Amino acid sequence: MGLEAALGDGYLTTKIDTLVNWGRSNAVWPMPMGLACCGIEMMAFAGPKYDVSRFGSEVFRFSPRQSDLMIVAGWCTYKMAHAVRRIWDQMPDPKWCIAMGACASTGGMHRSYGVVQGVDNFLPVDAYVSGCPPRPDAVIHALMNIQEKIKTQHTVLLDD
Amino acid sequence: MHPTTKIVEKGQPLFFKEHQERLYKSLEDKHTTIEVNDDDPLNTRMILNMGPQHPATHGVLRVLLELDGEVIMKNRLDVGYLHRGVEKIAENKTYQEFMPYTDRMDYLSPYASNVAFCLAVEKLAKIEVPDRAQYIRMLGCELARISSHLLWLGAMVMDSGAISMFIWTFREREKLYDIFDLLAGHRFTVSHSRIGGVANDASPEVLNKMKEFVQNLKSEIKGWYKLLNKNRIFFDRNRGIGPITAERAIELGLTGAPLRATGIAYDIRKFEPYLKYSDIDFEVPTRLEGDNLARYYIRMEEMEQSIRIVEQCLEKMPKGSIRIDNAKKAYPSKDEVYFSMEGLIHDFMMTDTGVCPPAGAECYHSIEASKGELGYYIQSDGTGHPWRLKIKSPSLGNLQVLENILDGQMIADTVVLIGGLDPVMGDADK
Amino acid sequence: MSLPEFFQNLTLDLKNKFAASILEISDYQGDVLITVSINSIIDVLTFLKNEHRFIYLCDMVAADRFTSKDRFEVIYNIISLKAQKRLFIKTRCSEDNPTMPTATSIWPSANWHEREAFDMFGIQFDGHPDLRRLFLPEDFDYYPLRKEFPLLGIPGSLPLPSTTPDSKA
Repeated sequence: MGLEAALGDGYLTTKIDTLVNWGRSNAVWPMPMGLACCGIEMMAFAGPKYDVSRFGSEVFRFSPRQSDLMIVAGWCTYKMAHAVRRIWDQMPDPKWCIAMGACASTGGMHRSYGVVQGVDNFLPVDAYVSGCPPRPDAVIHALMNIQEKIKTQHTVLLDD
Repeated sequence: MHPTTKIVEKGQPLFFKEHQERLYKSLEDKHTTIEVNDDDPLNTRMILNMGPQHPATHGVLRVLLELDGEVIMKNRLDVGYLHRGVEKIAENKTYQEFMPYTDRMDYLSPYASNVAFCLAVEKLAKIEVPDRAQYIRMLGCELARISSHLLWLGAMVMDSGAISMFIWTFREREKLYDIFDLLAGHRFTVSHSRIGGVANDASPEVLNKMKEFVQNLKSEIKGWYKLLNKNRIFFDRNRGIGPITAERAIELGLTGAPLRATGIAYDIRKFEPYLKYSDIDFEVPTRLEGDNLARYYIRMEEMEQSIRIVEQCLEKMPKGSIRIDNAKKAYPSKDEVYFSMEGLIHDFMMTDTGVCPPAGAECYHSIEASKGELGYYIQSDGTGHPWRLKIKSPSLGNLQVLENILDGQMIADTVVLIGGLDPVMGDADK
Repeated sequence: MSLPEFFQNLTLDLKNKFAASILEISDYQGDVLITVSINSIIDVLTFLKNEHRFIYLCDMVAADRFTSKDRFEVIYNIISLKAQKRLFIKTRCSEDNPTMPTATSIWPSANWHEREAFDMFGIQFDGHPDLRRLFLPEDFDYYPLRKEFPLLGIPGSLPLPSTTPDSKA
């Protein structure tokens, strides 16, 4: 195209990328997988004091088909892992995952036969938040990191 | 020919095949007292799976419902999606090391679980706790009860349809989180109680904050009464739903506020008083109807009684030490550890070996947690680790009752009933 | 030992009726524990429920004593609301044949407690209406709270989900 030749390689696609990424990062709809105590802190993170809807996550869609960020909050047992994986598979691309808390990241203090030692054993995690439970500020920080990650993605050319 | 076995073959379960098959077979074999028409030519019966991930099941609870239209014919519960073997973990830890695990069991009122465990170990090892520590523990327990009931209220009213109530109760809970933050250093999984006392003293600032909080809460509760007590929608969704008679409640092992809603005034604070509850003036609310609305009233009245207890504790709080001063029974204070050799050795021995109750001793101690009777049965073998630690969790008993009362209700009432019985899955699944 | 009056009368009554089965009566910090032999446990529990009004089964504890004879122990925690008293009844069963009669005919709330004991220890309950595992899936082959089961579990006993999405889902 003439425009591409004049302005340089990839000018149009990066501009579209920027627009699309700006839209995606400011409207991240989380799918809360609130399993245990971190789930309560996640509710507080959506609550009035540490309001997450000002970051664009206004709606906590409990339906995986309508969300793009899964926040795994709490320890995941082997019995529950299959259900979590199925829900992850039902989410449409592009999707990201936050492992909230020590238990979701590495199994935490629960080093026993029933708990999966980190959800990254079966889910591709993008951000880990440490804490037991992490303060809602920490989870907002993780959300902001994911927003940064989204802003640097190439969405138009690569089918990723 | 019942269609269940066909369902299992049609959608082959992709994981835990034997578990799913036995669960569905158990649903098929269940008897109900509802008249079951065995011929079902139009295939109107359907098995609905309210799976472990669901916005309204208060955590990871799986309910299998066999429906005829909107009426539940039979149901089965599947718990264990949060089972981590806490009792097995306890056998490998010293008594003090186990404290953080108790927080994460009933994670809506963690202070109460801490205190329950401490009381059980203190009973087993015959440790006396100073008065000031007992009053601080009582304050923590009652504030934890208020915190848990606030979340219950928000969730139950949200399940009945009014979503903004959730935000209002969370605003109050954030104030409680600030209080716990000042008192214990953490927002909600506190681990403030220690064997032999509490971790650190409550400063006058914290006590003032508690006083302000309960004053404010009284007027908030009045506001919520105005919203809900004459609300047609709330009443229609809750009155007459899930009625339990007193005899049936005792047979099924119900505990906590739902038991008091059937008319039986069983409250551990009056049955086997612990801490300083025998010195404090409070009432145990009971109702006779046994339905969901009665449970709502009971919990609101319990919140008011808790406010009363907190006010009396704040007045009566004595001055004194907050932990017993015995080297074999409790951790030394941090001043001693930092500035004296004996304190350092004492601290090391307590961390390494821990409290050693007599060998062969076993005892049980329970408290009235916000969900019901939370008890610890500890068997000791003379070392610093328990031989067997069994947790009597109120939510597990209440879930058993849920399985029995869901038959005959409508499907939309499942959510409201789960809200009324208020289980916490971390507690039920241990 | 000095039991309160209610328990003294109760133990006398029990000894009169079930002389050989009452093995031991102990008292620790206010908790009264009565050990009963497994052959007459159901008779003792029925007697306590009907004659002495212990109508509320609070909890049922199973424990692994790790002795060569009579390895598993089951403790019933029962309450009489009328007399406002709590009592503990203990029995033992052996390792080669860990079966016990069910208490669901006496107190229906024993249902899930017995399922939990079966799940964690492998103690079978004769006559239980629906003896399945409670917490762990049926595919799991071990009994976790037995002393020989390692805390970290046995690798491969519980499968993890596959990380490639299955096309049938």
